Amino acid sequence: MSEHSPGSPSGAEPVISVRGVDKHFGDFQALKDIDLDIHRGEVVALIGASGSGKSTLCRCINRLETISAGEILIDGEPLPEEGRDLARLRSDVGMVFQSFNLFPHLRAVDNVTLGPTKVRGVSKSEATKEAMDLLARVGLTGKEHSLPAALSGGQQQRVAIARALAMKPKAMLFDEPTSALDPEVINEVLDVMTELAEAGMTMLVVTHEMGFARRVCDRVVFMDAGEIVEQGEPEQFFTAPESQRAKDFLSKILPH
Amino acid sequence: MQIILDNIPLLLQGIGTTIALTVLGYAFALVLGTALAVCRVSPIPPLRWAATVYVEIFRNIPLLSLLILLAFGLPDAGVLLPYFWCGVAGLSLSGAAFVCENIRSGINTVPIGHAEAARSIGLGFFGVLRYVVLPQAFRTMVQPLVNVFIATVIGSSLCAAISVVEITYVTQQLNIASAQAVLLFLVAGALYLALSLGVAYLGRRVERAVAPGDARPLRTADRLQGAAQA
Ligand SMILES: Nc1ncnc2c1ncn2[C@@H]1O[C@H](COP(=O)(O)OP(=O)(O)OP(=O)(O)O)[C@@H](O)[C@H]1O
Ligand SMILES: [Mg+2]
Repeated sequence: MSEHSPGSPSGAEPVISVRGVDKHFGDFQALKDIDLDIHRGEVVALIGASGSGKSTLCRCINRLETISAGEILIDGEPLPEEGRDLARLRSDVGMVFQSFNLFPHLRAVDNVTLGPTKVRGVSKSEATKEAMDLLARVGLTGKEHSLPAALSGGQQQRVAIARALAMKPKAMLFDEPTSALDPEVINEVLDVMTELAEAGMTMLVVTHEMGFARRVCDRVVFMDAGEIVEQGEPEQFFTAPESQRAKDFLSKILPH
Repeated sequence: MQIILDNIPLLLQGIGTTIALTVLGYAFALVLGTALAVCRVSPIPPLRWAATVYVEIFRNIPLLSLLILLAFGLPDAGVLLPYFWCGVAGLSLSGAAFVCENIRSGINTVPIGHAEAARSIGLGFFGVLRYVVLPQAFRTMVQPLVNVFIATVIGSSLCAAISVVEITYVTQQLNIASAQAVLLFLVAGALYLALSLGVAYLGRRVERAVAPGDARPLRTADRLQGAAQA
């Protein structure tokens, strides 16, 4: 996958292409001229200090926020501004949230089948069969009929991953998927994400798990104050960052 | 007492009319109020504004004024509606404003992240409301909606002012004939109490039905009672 590293453009269309994107919240500019291409099968870690705009970028990519300038293409197709088409296209990019956001009134399996049945028109029985497979894949056999309240944080987050995968997305966005978890269950979620990456899923992962970024990601993108300041291969970025801002950031988070 | 026994059929008619006014008024209020609530949370600004204006107007007009306006103002505007239907209309228009506000605040109890997760799997505005937001909001809405129903039962008595032959009107007529105000209004009060309690009981059954045991959150009141016993 290293042929997709920055500076060596591959011939294929990127799955996610962010071009010259600005995002304003009133007077405040949260994203400044962001350019980012993510190719098929590539796993990109997005890191940066709190408030640097990582979540905002994820939310813009699947249009939970509208962008102020620029364009975002998914598989070469620009996302429409609003309306029914947007709703359907949005599910091409799966999103996993820090706070899981499972639907608390639905059992695990129904959380997973809701999208396929109501958005894609898949029959209930087929969707249920696929949901069972997905839940097994994320290690939740036996928990299919539990309500979210009866699941641990790690289990809930794995249901959330299965729910996003059920839409057969072209790419997955993870916004700090383990930040709300107790340390002992972080790994069960990271393991699922690692398997997903190995299976070839295109992923953008906002994370503070530097070990995960090093082991699994093809590229690290570092943001500061709404800008992409530096990007590169994980090993190189963590051992020899080029920019002063990246050095400062790493000196705060990495153990010496 | 004789006055009541002699007028059982008239009283029964009054009870029937009160129930009809309440049930019809509340049913239309539910439909209209739900539509208004959908407008109030919709992404289309003019719809939001229209619903807000509606709520502010109809929540703040006394029901009695509204009923009199409908009964005596509509004919001036060339609309002839039987008084019974003026009563139903008044109860519906007013009730809808309260239903709308209850549904809206119920919707606001649902964490925004759930709606975003629903959007991210491709559901549109109505899908998000129908499958994710409203089923959660409904549990918190049952009690407030029962309160609107009780307000409708009690508010229906104001229809006496526009000559709808419901419980209060019948009671007034019998009082004019017999001058036994205390007895008569005690009986009328007991009838309204019975109707309201019946509805409150049904409401609790509904609430229990929509919140299965393992999904029902412990309430603050439960904790307070626990603290008091400790
Ligand atoms: N809805 C909003 N309205 C106004 N400002 C916002 C909004 N959402 C985000 N911001 C601002 O945009 C900036 C970037 O926020 P964002 O959530 O993207 O940061 P982040 O990099 O994800 O930070 P964290 O690591 O804390 O999650 C912040 O300064 C934040 O205050
Ligand atoms: Mg964030």
